[in-house]
Amino acid sequence: MAKQRVKFTFPPPLVTQPLIYRLGKEFDIVTNIRRANVTHDRGWVVLELEGELENIERGIQWMIEQGVRVDPVEGDLVEG
Amino acid sequence: MSFATNLRCRECGRLYDLEPIHVCEFCFGPLEVIYDLEAARRTVTRERIAAGPHSIWRYRDLLPVKGERIIDINAGFTPLIRAENLARELGLKKLYLKNDCVNPSYSFKDRVVSVASSKALEFGFDTLACASTGNLACAVAAHAARAGMKAYVFIPANLEAGKILGAAIYNPTLIAVDGNYDEVNRLCSELADRYGWAFVNINMRPYYSEGSKTLAFEVAEQLGWRAPDHVVVPVASGSLFTKIWKGFHELAAIGLIDGVPTRMSAAQAEGCAPVVTAYREKTLNVRPVRPQTVAKSLAIGNPADGYYVLKIIKESGGAAEAVTDEEIIEGMKLLARTEGIFAETAGGVTIATLKRLVQAGQIRPDELTVAFITGNGLKTQEAVADSVVQPVRIRPTLRSFEEAMAERLLAGTAVR
Repeated sequence: MAKQRVKFTFPPPLVTQPLIYRLGKEFDIVTNIRRANVTHDRGWVVLELEGELENIERGIQWMIEQGVRVDPVEGDLVEG
Repeated sequence: MSFATNLRCRECGRLYDLEPIHVCEFCFGPLEVIYDLEAARRTVTRERIAAGPHSIWRYRDLLPVKGERIIDINAGFTPLIRAENLARELGLKKLYLKNDCVNPSYSFKDRVVSVASSKALEFGFDTLACASTGNLACAVAAHAARAGMKAYVFIPANLEAGKILGAAIYNPTLIAVDGNYDEVNRLCSELADRYGWAFVNINMRPYYSEGSKTLAFEVAEQLGWRAPDHVVVPVASGSLFTKIWKGFHELAAIGLIDGVPTRMSAAQAEGCAPVVTAYREKTLNVRPVRPQTVAKSLAIGNPADGYYVLKIIKESGGAAEAVTDEEIIEGMKLLARTEGIFAETAGGVTIATLKRLVQAGQIRPDELTVAFITGNGLKTQEAVADSVVQPVRIRPTLRSFEEAMAERLLAGTAVR
């Protein structure tokens, strides 16, 4: 089993979608939310994903395809 | 000695021992080093600092390294220059430039990596790592060489080879990742979890970022132990900005300066201005952007410390401004023309932003203002290659020279 800490940023049209629920259900990932800020037009969620590494990677790819921005919790790591 | 005591979560305040960790186990918030400032107040004096080395390590008491061996290639103690020509041109009375172009690997990153590499040795790591498109790679490779550590430097595969030459010379393992910027980011986060390396801006981040405080310490010392009225700081991840603020406050807390009247203003490029955009929209929510600017060293679209930068701007009564690529180039040329300093594009961002803030009345003419120049212009020569003076070609005769000069005079161009 692998764990990964990530930050999801949701654009306005996706704020009302149950994407984290589907991520857990369809990719067999345990999602564990630690911090979040969701308003009517935008939102971010910091959470831990736990599951098979391959499922986590496929799940993250699926979230990106839905239009969610996926970042490490540390923010951008490639510095100038 | 170091007066560092703990790591503290910036979100929930939980305390941790000084370990190679960087996020709070509970809320995943970022961790920051805290110090026993009461004890430091009794020990750290201006004289004690003045007797220290001419590098960032003169402030060792307020840095988080407790080990015997420090990795010092003489980062820091860079000049603070009274910029009278530039001040006159902008309409300021007391302008200073902190010139970090002259660090050993030519950017302020030597400060942070000197601390990170020293702490990594203390923890027993044998490998330093980073992901970088320029300055950080150079600083990591140079410090690893000095320390006798292995170095892994990850770069996006589409990065021009010349960009990384300044790192390659130190013989690190260079890994070009065939993926986009976001994919490189995520890979590095996973690598840091999996391998027992000191990833300077990931698991070493709380220690690494403390190195930036030394910019505040030096400026205060060089001004005769006082904090400036106003500072202009370029913002990428925002770490530099927040640590300069922390540095001034630590000096005040231990009684080395009288207080912190400093207004903190942030400088970004329009092509990567997530913090300035949030400032303009009067929100603390930073929305990530896709960078598109000549100021590559500031091209961080999702700044980890953006939220904290915005809070400090508000608390200190500062401002934030972003400038176009054209203004950046003009800023670089203005700085070179007036003060003889060739800064990289990030310096152009700072100077162009300074100019805008003065014009907008955000910086008052009588404020003692310090602008931070964080990297050397030789690193980003391509940005100005087409817009600097070209040589006047002549034959090897006096006559040819004089004809050419006469032509220039006729064309209304002064002889340089």
